[in-house]
Amino acid sequence: MADIKYDKTGNCGSFGLNRRREILLIILSGVVFLSGVCLWGLLMDPSLYAPDYEARRLAPSLSHLFGTDSLGRDMFYRTVCGLSTSIQIGLLSALISSVIALVLGSMSAVFGGRVDTAVGFMVDLCMGVPHLILLILISIAVGGGAAGVITGVAVTHWPNLTRVIRAEVLQIRSAQYVQIARKLGKSNWHIAAKHIVPHVFPQYLVGLILLFPHAILHEAAITFLGYGLPLDTPAVGVILAESMKHLAAGMWWLAFFPGLALLFMTQLFDIVGDYLKILIDPHSARQ
Amino acid sequence: MKKGLLKYLFSTVARMLVLLVAVTLMSFLLVHNAPMDPVDAFLGEIVVSEEQRAKIAEHWGLDKSPAEQYVIWVKNTLHGDMGESRTYHEPVTKVLGERFRASLLLMGTAWILSGVLGLLLGIVAGVYKDRWPDRIIKTFSLILASTPVFWIGLLVLVVFAVELQWFPLGLAVPIGKVESEVTWMERLHHLVLPALTLSITGVANIILHTRQKLIDVMESEYVLFARARGETLKQLVMRHGLRNIALPAITLQFASISELFGGSVLAERVFSYPGLGSTAVVAGMQADAPLLLGIALFSALFVFAGNLTANILYGIIDPQIREGGGSNG
Repeated sequence: MADIKYDKTGNCGSFGLNRRREILLIILSGVVFLSGVCLWGLLMDPSLYAPDYEARRLAPSLSHLFGTDSLGRDMFYRTVCGLSTSIQIGLLSALISSVIALVLGSMSAVFGGRVDTAVGFMVDLCMGVPHLILLILISIAVGGGAAGVITGVAVTHWPNLTRVIRAEVLQIRSAQYVQIARKLGKSNWHIAAKHIVPHVFPQYLVGLILLFPHAILHEAAITFLGYGLPLDTPAVGVILAESMKHLAAGMWWLAFFPGLALLFMTQLFDIVGDYLKILIDPHSARQ
Repeated sequence: MKKGLLKYLFSTVARMLVLLVAVTLMSFLLVHNAPMDPVDAFLGEIVVSEEQRAKIAEHWGLDKSPAEQYVIWVKNTLHGDMGESRTYHEPVTKVLGERFRASLLLMGTAWILSGVLGLLLGIVAGVYKDRWPDRIIKTFSLILASTPVFWIGLLVLVVFAVELQWFPLGLAVPIGKVESEVTWMERLHHLVLPALTLSITGVANIILHTRQKLIDVMESEYVLFARARGETLKQLVMRHGLRNIALPAITLQFASISELFGGSVLAERVFSYPGLGSTAVVAGMQADAPLLLGIALFSALFVFAGNLTANILYGIIDPQIREGGGSNG
């Protein structure tokens, strides 16, 4: 995603920073911003977005940045709260999903044979049904609500990362230095701890962060369809689903700003993930 | 050579059939485990005696064990009977057939639109690598790739249906008209916005892919040689670029059918378009098990058909796969 231009000396940063520090700074500010939003939403006083019948259907202004809805709720604070909910759910389900991917991917590579075939079959099975249909089915099976969303997103997002980890482990296992270590009589544990984990972990971390945007978007989508979070929670999916009733009346701000904020956030996750990749794997930076 | 391809085809089809059975089993288990009582969901506010409830449950075969129910379902499905939808009070096959026609029109239009647009924009971006057309197209597609479909739908709705009033707000046909009186123009008029929404989201992938491929081709030595021979840019793209890009792009487009299906659920919901996607949403809300199973099976078939086509195309393009017999990869 990020194109990087190096000048002759290798320094291209503004503010007198070198490239590595600049990337670190970008990642750090992204993470700080995202956790800030998450905390802000968590600690927010619900009265900030409580109904206020004096201030209904207001277009965006300085006092109500994102406008208000038909109940007079301030859309800015509701959106921040919704984003915070999204980040929490995304965090939890992406974590679960990535752990599934880590376990299945390394098992598949280490044991090979039947285990590999079985994991491959599960990947195909999971990708065989359109994602959203699968999410609906899981949400129904679990009984809807937040549990339904988290389970649904968590058990459907592992296939890609599983493939990445499998390929990575396979590649390292057949690398010459690992072969030599084996010939030197090093134990499997030694090889795993010294050679495989240090290589796979960064890939896993990047994969985990790049999972967030997917998890968050799917959470919003399933909630938008009415299967996810309950209607009274301030979630972006709920806000957008509600806005549909009022769009024909010209209240465009109900849909525009919350969606934009969601987009901004997923982009931020993408940026953090991509820069982390550059930091970990400098080769990709020069492409 | 021919034999290798046939063998590859056979193993792919066999693998997909096994997967299909697994998909139905998985969907059945998921739907069956739902805590929502289908009889309650069916009756809603209506109060009936225990006896009548038991009768309804018996009528739907709910008194049998799950394994029996699954076997019965598979048997009936193989005979073309997928049960009766509890929400629409019609055979599932009929509901699916009707809804699918509307969806097919929508998805087909969006699919072709995104494919053609994606290929064109990708070629433009690839040819003008790192210059302003490329920068614009690339940024645009990177942002699009993580934009929620339904939000784009809502924006399109606000701009074209509410503010400009060029297109209707939703549905597939004008309200209050009998099916037989609806003209093709009216159908198209209702189709534009949902199809546009759906194609916008599918386009990013194909742009980025085409762009990368074209850049690879343009940096190759045979293109360098062709340039030295004095071929113009247009000739370069037509002779060397398109030939190398077209088939992988088409393959990718076939493989993206799963996402298209998911997107259509959301797009149909935004525009209240009565297709398969919005039916799935309703069926889920009503715990309409036969219809849900039908949709799951149908969508899986649809995705498999797309993947199969993609695999066959791969087999034709790439001799390595053809010889290797389609192992994991």
